[in-house]
Amino acid sequence: MTPYDVSDDVIEVIRSPSPSPVAGAYRVFGETLRGLKTTFARILEGTTTIQYPEEKTPVYPRFRGRHRLHRFEDTGLEKCVGCSLCAAACPADCIRVVAAENTPENRVSAGERYAAVYEINLSRCIFCGYCEVACPFDAITMGHDYEMSDYTRSDLIFTKEMLLADAIERTPLRREGE
Amino acid sequence: MLTLAEVNYFEPWWVQIIKSLVIFAVIFGILPILIVYERKLLGRFQSRYGPNRVGPFGLLQPLAEIVKFAMKEPFRTATSVGYLFRVAPVISIITAVAALAIIPWGDVQHIFGQQVGLYGIDVSIGPLYVFALGGISFYGIMLGGWASGSKYSFLGSMRGAAQLISYEVSQSLSIVGVIITAQTLSLTGIVHAQEGMWYFIPQFAGFLVFLVASFAETNRAPFDLIEADSEIIGYFTEYGGTPFVAYLFAEYANMIVVSGIAVTIFFGGWLLPFGIDPPGWVDPFVVLAKILIVFSFFIWIRATLPRLRYDQLMSFGWKILLPLATLNLLVTAVLVVS
Repeated sequence: MTPYDVSDDVIEVIRSPSPSPVAGAYRVFGETLRGLKTTFARILEGTTTIQYPEEKTPVYPRFRGRHRLHRFEDTGLEKCVGCSLCAAACPADCIRVVAAENTPENRVSAGERYAAVYEINLSRCIFCGYCEVACPFDAITMGHDYEMSDYTRSDLIFTKEMLLADAIERTPLRREGE
Repeated sequence: MLTLAEVNYFEPWWVQIIKSLVIFAVIFGILPILIVYERKLLGRFQSRYGPNRVGPFGLLQPLAEIVKFAMKEPFRTATSVGYLFRVAPVISIITAVAALAIIPWGDVQHIFGQQVGLYGIDVSIGPLYVFALGGISFYGIMLGGWASGSKYSFLGSMRGAAQLISYEVSQSLSIVGVIITAQTLSLTGIVHAQEGMWYFIPQFAGFLVFLVASFAETNRAPFDLIEADSEIIGYFTEYGGTPFVAYLFAEYANMIVVSGIAVTIFFGGWLLPFGIDPPGWVDPFVVLAKILIVFSFFIWIRATLPRLRYDQLMSFGWKILLPLATLNLLVTAVLVVS
């Protein structure tokens, strides 16, 4: 086999002139010392690892985590009126709403109708936040919780009760200017 | 009768047995700690923690891994040569452990009214003994790669053998300078000869060549082509479970041996600078601390330098290191004689 010839390159590459053996050895030695300095500076700098389960990265206020359904604070009625606009807006088709009429004896929401079934399949959700945008009553918003792993797929289908419940504050919120 | 080597001082047989057991137990107790120490220090060099989940500060990590390796199924490829496949890691680890006998941990001491030399054995062929065992340890790698019955393992072992043979020449030549300065081959004698000045100052070129060649001899980065974790495949590809651990431990035992030889030959063994002369029982700890410093330097280099290409490795070994070692030897010889 013939030795590799630079002029055989298909693309012309501009190469620096190859140093003499002595200059090359000197340069290698100097560059090695520089590299050693660089790595040693990392020790003095300390680690940048975040020890995840104990220590969490704070999220931004607009972070799109797991959804939450809301109630009116004064009356305690649900904001959702079962209009299914969120289900229509959902690109992943993961929201299922079955609406029912409010009656004077059984008043669940503030409007005429309420969501008898409200399910979000979080294993399909892509967390785009379109449901939040589509909702005319701000009944559904994206929360800050991102710890949603589970053992079975069916456990990832969140029902209305789970979405309405007060979210467990598991995720720190990023403060102003942080 | 043919005498292979003279032994400078030896004790009754029972003291020798106790000594060898102590050296073996201490080194094999230290090996797992060194492994976790390397991974933690490597992590610090890369701005991360390294293992810190198992036990306090991750110290039980090697224990967990040893249990994991020991539980593995001892499978092997259908084309492997059974007997050699099992024997090869044993050769590797035996040569590594046998070389430990030569490292002097201290001078001859009085312990319970008995003269005990704080070393395995002090033979008059010192470094030659280490290099002889290093020569045999090729067989661990060659046979392991060949008996695996896999082309990749075989290629890896050929590459490894070529590397080890190339760098052994420079490694041996680099310490000849020290030997002709000290006028002795006994390692304790070399340490005693350093009482005025440690040899890494007058023999700096030899020290550098020895250090670089040692990286290559122990398969450490930047010369870890033999193993090359991430891309090309090494000689122990087909190994798993305890034979793999044997290779791993052999590598780390070799690192202790090489660090020990470097400490003995270039850093004055158990001697301390500035006229500090502690009592005799401190000596092994001094040597151990120095070995740990050299070991840390190995890790530092591993964290810094990228792996060499194979042709770079060969041309570096033969075109730079070997002439440098020879030149160093020549200059030293001329200076000593004149």
